Amino acid sequence: MVLEIILTFLKAFAVGGAICLIAQLLINYTKITSGKILVIFLLSGLVLQAFGVYQFIVDFAGAGATVPISGFGYLLAKGAMEGAKESLFKAITGGITAAGMGITAAIVFGYIFAVIFHSRSKKN
Amino acid sequence: MKKRQFYNKNYLEYVKGISPKTNEKRSLFRAFIVGGFICCIGQAVRYALEGIFQLKGDELSAYVSLVMIFLGAFLTGLGVYDRIGKFAGGGSIVPITGFANSVVSPAMEFKTEGYIYGTAAKMFIVAGPIIVFGVAGSVLVGLVYYVGYMIF
Repeated sequence: MVLEIILTFLKAFAVGGAICLIAQLLINYTKITSGKILVIFLLSGLVLQAFGVYQFIVDFAGAGATVPISGFGYLLAKGAMEGAKESLFKAITGGITAAGMGITAAIVFGYIFAVIFHSRSKKN
Repeated sequence: MKKRQFYNKNYLEYVKGISPKTNEKRSLFRAFIVGGFICCIGQAVRYALEGIFQLKGDELSAYVSLVMIFLGAFLTGLGVYDRIGKFAGGGSIVPITGFANSVVSPAMEFKTEGYIYGTAAKMFIVAGPIIVFGVAGSVLVGLVYYVGYMIF
């Protein structure tokens, strides 16, 4: 049991780290800005899941695959694919329903913390 | 003339020695370590929520991203996340905490322009494209699969 948990952490570390390493390679060797990198990783997660590949990475690595932004794309595609089984309505809304928590959290926490805290870069 | 070239050569070697290539390998290493570490925090949050609230499946992963986004937004507010970002580069951008960072950071920066056109509008400088491409892509995937299920 303990060994299993340690192994899960190791897998999450390796896969999550590897995804970030690919991002750093893009930063170092191309002129892609960080905003574009986020979009690229989101879309690659979405496309990989549309072909059914990302599910295997998630099953293997757990949080190592879901915490990076590509996991967000995976969630969007997965929701849409599951909704498509039921109706046209759920095929259209399924993606944003699945990703609803992430988007809501980002907007609500984002706005609250932006109002509470002040930008530090100007003070330093 | 010869002397001048000699100095130029020295200077070029000096420039080479100081910056890029040594840092590139180090930045890759740092991105790997920090990115992996953030994913491990996500895994720990997952185990904690699973143990404490008995959550499962999609609900569990949704609350994990909620907690991670909270942490990312909070640490950005404190100014800690930007320091991690300077150290880690891609390791701090790609995890979902980096998404939260990209929301809060410009929102704080542009607060001087007001709470509506400053904070609320500038929140989406980086997050906007992500939501646009993410939602549009998911609708496309959903429609393709819907048509696919209809035909087959």
